[in-house]
Amino acid sequence: MGCTADGAIVYNPTLFCFRRATRFFMQQAPFLEVKDLACERGDHRLFSGLNFALAPGELMQVQGPNGSGKTTLLRSLCGFVQPVQGTVHWNGQDIGEWDDDFHAEMCYLGHLNAIKDELSALENLQMSAGLAGYTVSDQQAVAALRRMGLQRREHLPVRVLSQGQRRRVALARLLIGDAHLWILDEPLTALDVGAVGLMQELIGEHLSKGGMTIFTTHQPLHVAGVETRQLVLS
Amino acid sequence: MAINWFKYSAPSTFYGLAGKLIPFFAWPAAILFATGLYIGFFVAPTDAVQSEAYRIIFIHVPASILSMFIYLIMAGYAALGLIFNTRLSSMMAQALAPTGALFAFISLWTGALWGKPMWGAWWVWDARLTSELILLFLYLGFIALQASIEDPRRADKAAALLAIVGSVNVPIIYFSVKWWNTLHQGATIKMTGTSMHVAMQQAMFIVLVACWLYVIAVALARVRSIILERERNTQWVNELKEVQS
Amino acid sequence: MNKLSLFGLLGLVVRRDLLLAMRRRTDVLTTLVFFVMVVSLFPLGVGPEPDMLRKMASGVVWVAALLASMLSLPRMFSADHADGTLEQMMLAPQSLSVLVLGKILAHWMLSGLPLALIAPVLGLQFDMSVQALWILVLALLLGTPVLSMIGAIGAALTLGLRGGGVLVSLLVLPLCIPVLIFGAGAVEAVNGGMSAVSNLALLGAFMLFALVFTPFVAAQALRISME
Repeated sequence: MGCTADGAIVYNPTLFCFRRATRFFMQQAPFLEVKDLACERGDHRLFSGLNFALAPGELMQVQGPNGSGKTTLLRSLCGFVQPVQGTVHWNGQDIGEWDDDFHAEMCYLGHLNAIKDELSALENLQMSAGLAGYTVSDQQAVAALRRMGLQRREHLPVRVLSQGQRRRVALARLLIGDAHLWILDEPLTALDVGAVGLMQELIGEHLSKGGMTIFTTHQPLHVAGVETRQLVLS
Repeated sequence: MAINWFKYSAPSTFYGLAGKLIPFFAWPAAILFATGLYIGFFVAPTDAVQSEAYRIIFIHVPASILSMFIYLIMAGYAALGLIFNTRLSSMMAQALAPTGALFAFISLWTGALWGKPMWGAWWVWDARLTSELILLFLYLGFIALQASIEDPRRADKAAALLAIVGSVNVPIIYFSVKWWNTLHQGATIKMTGTSMHVAMQQAMFIVLVACWLYVIAVALARVRSIILERERNTQWVNELKEVQS
Repeated sequence: MNKLSLFGLLGLVVRRDLLLAMRRRTDVLTTLVFFVMVVSLFPLGVGPEPDMLRKMASGVVWVAALLASMLSLPRMFSADHADGTLEQMMLAPQSLSVLVLGKILAHWMLSGLPLALIAPVLGLQFDMSVQALWILVLALLLGTPVLSMIGAIGAALTLGLRGGGVLVSLLVLPLCIPVLIFGAGAVEAVNGGMSAVSNLALLGAFMLFALVFTPFVAAQALRISME
């Protein structure tokens, strides 16, 4: 999908990739850089001295036992949690200074699905897009939901869907945006084998387009042809 | 001689400093209280209009003045803490709030005691009394919000925002109440006309200074406890003599 | 993919909250029923003399409106907080203040506006004159948005706290006193044969003042609460 000068929406994967590619070359390849990061919960130090960088096409898994600060780390990458020490940089600039521009280039999926029981899957997806600052047509949204295996569920209130199906609705958000950076907190929760395979496929596509992904999971997740970097919190 | 003020903005150094400073405020406060109240109750002459009952102003007026003043100081400290992220400022704000609420309460209570013989009622909806009551509500809101948030960083910031919104609102509230009051009833009894005796002025001023010193001493003592509570897991707290014993 | 303008975002948030409320109508109705009930209780408590009722009508309606809006305040952000939508809102590349303004507007349309519209019926119970009824509605239309706006700050500060509902009233009610004074004062001025213009003008001024500052302050409060 792409956007012409007059604002009309056209579905054109090539144009989309081209636009994104030119953007990469013209500016600088986007990258995420974490320097000397330390976070606390209450007065308990979760981790400190954390350093890593993430470049286009890279996949990183955050590992560690319960309570080691995986979620806090991902939330600090979004800018929710103020680190006690250290910085998070996007394209060489502190995310606190980037603010809105950074948020336009990332997509975060937390423990909570951020979907409303009262709305249908389709409405939910369109509202999520709206809150993220763009509009999607019915066709695009329906296509994304179908890709997630929610055929004929588009107009049902989410209330009647199963936990796994709700997670799929939430994950469909990844398909309609054009975020470079995916931050996924336990994306595989409640998903069946088929959906896990689908997620691996989607992440693979995202990485091959120059995207990057950082995620946590307790289930195995392998993307074909990509090495998963490990970040272990203890 | 250059003093490094920032050195004392660290809770660990301020803890010791505050401990040393407390007596310098507490003792003068006690002495001035005694002097001020002695002058107020025994030296100052009986008022022609209000006879002996007026003497409550020696507590009432300083308490009212300080209750308003403390709110501004508290909001100032809270704002500093919010803007510059200095933990000690937020702790000072937290330490001042109960004292401010106490003075607002004393002001209302003594106002009621004064009102009974003067106006014939414990409570009149006088503009100043009503504003003081609302000020007490604002203090209670600040304390309640701070107390109900467990994470101290969030508690500080949330309470600071509330204090700032409150202090913007205070003048609006005051003038609204004043306007409301003049619409509803005639002017209440005023002190004008009866010129104040010098001894009365002296007594009131001395008690005001005493209260002020008391506020500083109490705030310092309370901030010490807050520092200990918040830094209980740090090394320096565990090395303190009073903690080890 | 079309970018959404700020007005587009504002409209979207309002539409979304109204849509959600329409699919969960009881919330809106309970606030309204509460308002009607509280106002109707007063004559039972103080006696049915029309003179007295006429005198206290505007005050009673305003206090009840204040309480009713407090009742609905905790809901302003709590549902979105519980299901994670609020996190997504804070990640929106647009200004969070605009989003908050949208939520405030929707809250007012669901709590303040219905109260203003039903107030004349309640005013009749209190034997108010037609002119006073008009002023009452006008004052409510100007004043209730301020309650929603100041309330948004309180709701944001107490997000996710135990006993947040009572706490929010404790924080917000003192700040709403000027609105109460001038709102009730407008009707009283008319009853006393004076013009209500000054009262209404002040209410309007409060509304504009609040409109400028409160969305930003409430957005900051949300940031503090979400950390």
